[in-house]
Amino acid sequence: MKHYKLMLCALGAVIAGQSCKMKDTGNVVQGDAASKVYVAPGKYDEFYNFVSGGFSGQVSVYGIPSGRLLKVIPVFSVNPENGYGFSEETKPMLNTTAGFVPWDDEHHLALSQTNGEHDGRWIFANANNTPRVARINLGTFKTDEILEIPNSGGNHSSPFITENTEYVIAGTRFSVPLGEADVPISSFKENFKSVASFINVDQGTGNMKIAFQIALPGMSLDLSRAGKGPSHGWFFFSTYNTEQANTLLEVNASQKDKDFIVAVNWKKAEEYVKAGKGTKMKTRYYHNKWNEETHSATSELEQEVLVLDPAELKDMVYMIPCPKSPHGCDVDPSGEYIVGSGKLAALIPVFSFNKLMKAINDKTFEGEYQGIPVVKYEAALHGEVQKPGLGPLHTEFDGKGNAYTSFFLSSEVVKWSIKDVKVLDRVPTYYSIGHLCVPGGDTRKPYGKYVIAYNKITKDRYLPTGPELAQSAQLYDISGDKMQLILDFPTIGEPHYAQAIDAKVIKDRSVKIFDINKNKHQYVAMGEKETKVVRNGNRVDIYMTAIRSHLTPDNIEGVFVGDEVYFHVTNLEQDWDVPHGFAIKHAANAELLIMPGETSTLKFVPDRTGIYPFYCTDFCSALHQEMQGYLRVSPKGSNVPLKYGIGDTAPKAVAAK
Amino acid sequence: MKKLTTPGRYSVLLVIIFLATLWFFPMWRIDLKAPQYPGGLTMTIWINDVKDDVDVINGLNHYIGMKTIHKEDFKEFVYLPATIISFIVLGILVFFWNRKTGYYIWTGIFTAIGLMSFYDFYKWEYDYGHNLDPTAPIQVPGMSYQPPLIGYKKLLNFEVLSQPHVAGWLFILSGVVLVSITFYEWKQSKKMV
Repeated sequence: MKHYKLMLCALGAVIAGQSCKMKDTGNVVQGDAASKVYVAPGKYDEFYNFVSGGFSGQVSVYGIPSGRLLKVIPVFSVNPENGYGFSEETKPMLNTTAGFVPWDDEHHLALSQTNGEHDGRWIFANANNTPRVARINLGTFKTDEILEIPNSGGNHSSPFITENTEYVIAGTRFSVPLGEADVPISSFKENFKSVASFINVDQGTGNMKIAFQIALPGMSLDLSRAGKGPSHGWFFFSTYNTEQANTLLEVNASQKDKDFIVAVNWKKAEEYVKAGKGTKMKTRYYHNKWNEETHSATSELEQEVLVLDPAELKDMVYMIPCPKSPHGCDVDPSGEYIVGSGKLAALIPVFSFNKLMKAINDKTFEGEYQGIPVVKYEAALHGEVQKPGLGPLHTEFDGKGNAYTSFFLSSEVVKWSIKDVKVLDRVPTYYSIGHLCVPGGDTRKPYGKYVIAYNKITKDRYLPTGPELAQSAQLYDISGDKMQLILDFPTIGEPHYAQAIDAKVIKDRSVKIFDINKNKHQYVAMGEKETKVVRNGNRVDIYMTAIRSHLTPDNIEGVFVGDEVYFHVTNLEQDWDVPHGFAIKHAANAELLIMPGETSTLKFVPDRTGIYPFYCTDFCSALHQEMQGYLRVSPKGSNVPLKYGIGDTAPKAVAAK
Repeated sequence: MKKLTTPGRYSVLLVIIFLATLWFFPMWRIDLKAPQYPGGLTMTIWINDVKDDVDVINGLNHYIGMKTIHKEDFKEFVYLPATIISFIVLGILVFFWNRKTGYYIWTGIFTAIGLMSFYDFYKWEYDYGHNLDPTAPIQVPGMSYQPPLIGYKKLLNFEVLSQPHVAGWLFILSGVVLVSITFYEWKQSKKMV
């Protein structure tokens, strides 16, 4: 029959003078897609979609369903556009034990939760390369805190969180020896560890603190999820390279039929910590915090961490065999089912938390892995989704009993029912999807309206832009039985995981200005009368103000070549959306973008004499072009006196003697 | 000396209550709208203060050379509360004295206060809109920026709407009550004759 079809088609093609066409997007999109994603001018999107920036190191924010880019929040990479990492105040945010690191690879995001639902307080982000976790304030959309993670390499299974934001997790993907040990790479099996850090979050301030680290055997902790509801108190990690290979992992880490899902009983770990168990280990890591009142960051060195050994402290960690290098490890809204996505497997195993607990109680173990009990696969298994697709990666849920799994190799999203592990529907993605996101899809109450696919390959999706392309994302309506593609939009960096939250939860709490009366910056000028220029050796501090449409002072003389000049610019405005920018010729860093009520500092070291214009870079008003001034730089050791002012107070020419 | 009718007498208390709202609600509101301010700006005038977006409005004034608005610059914010409090005290006397003559005098004083207030408000608006800094960056020949006493006006890119607020309406209502009752009392006294 098939042969006939093919032949008929070939015959038809010859007759029509063209070849047979394969299915493409043209026949995938249906009629009413446009109306579903159209957000009329003046109207708002329904969801904020926080999308990881991947190798951009930042977090981008899109509106859903329109797919419009709303903001890029600088997190782990410098951002000359607003001075993040360039202003004196923000530099400490990127401080690490390796010094100032201007870039990282940001993979996953976790919105803070209360009772298993997104509460809109903060969003956490991971840095994979130089292991760190960041906390972003959803009132200001600014990075408020960055915590370095010691004893870690490749902070990948991070920053997933527990259902009341008790802990944010940081799990090691590239296991490394503890401390800064110098050992042969081939001693992987003996010396390397995969450390899972449990970071405590202060519920008032949001401040993070490493409560304890569990030193798991050397392997790769890939992704993780906290239990919820009945499974609250447990954390689940997917693993690969349980073969413990240290070279050619492509082959050597794909040998075993099954790797593991690591189940950690963190309540038990807490008991051990309370009982004084574990080893206090000397180490070093930086903890960087933003202060909204001083508009400045501080970087503090921490020197100790508590390490728990699961081989020694029993009943805390168990392993569940999971087929072929699992990536996703996702817990359904009820907290009962744990979905492992073996990225090289031809099925999706679904584990039952109840069965897992029973297996642990009955000691239904098949052996040990480096001193950790391994539960029998069948004993913990709820069921397997048969022939779901190729290369399952990640699963989210709609709260109606269905799961949505992304498939990298077969480039599709597959909808299946959790109860009877049956495939219900499948739609193609363009191309090779990584993670997917259902708004609230990792919570107890997902908004099962959309699923968003974040793809790894773009190819022909948009107008070509040379060899380097944006990434592509697709939005599907999942409110009906069949998933329906409704939008395709480009994204920045390389999105991995993303989260979406109902706009109502954070929209009205968005900060408009900073109260100037609460500005506690060391170099604030509370009004133009407070502006001044102070010399201390070769350091010159300029207390400057910006208000429409002048910088005060705007004429400054008596600065010498080689001086360290600090422009501390206070934006005196107290009105929404009136930022001022600041830039000076030859400054070897970036501009400042100063929000109303904020003070920011730009350091400038002039290397030659001359007149240096400075100006406001953000078109602030009808007289923005006039918002400019001059700095006179004289030779070192010259006797030009320090003078400054504006208008009548500007330095005047000295009458000839 | 004729006594007040019961409604006439108790209207004194009503007027006092109306006037007391001056300490709880603004008298007047001026709304401004421009393309740059989609949500609009509002200035409310209280018996002893100017509130809401005054600082934002002050930030804009310098373009056209308008003076900035500061609570301290208004003697009215001292005189007006003192005047109204005196008027209320007088009202209490009228209530206990309970004579038509007292009521007529009281109404007369109120009319004077009302007219003086509106004249003063107009004069302030005129000065504010006309007395401009000659070095202002934006100068439109022949243009002045006097806001309307009541009603709508377009001033450059701003649309301006000026109207009474809660306490202002009750102040006006007080006037209506006083004049009506005065008329009523006067008619009643004629009837009795």
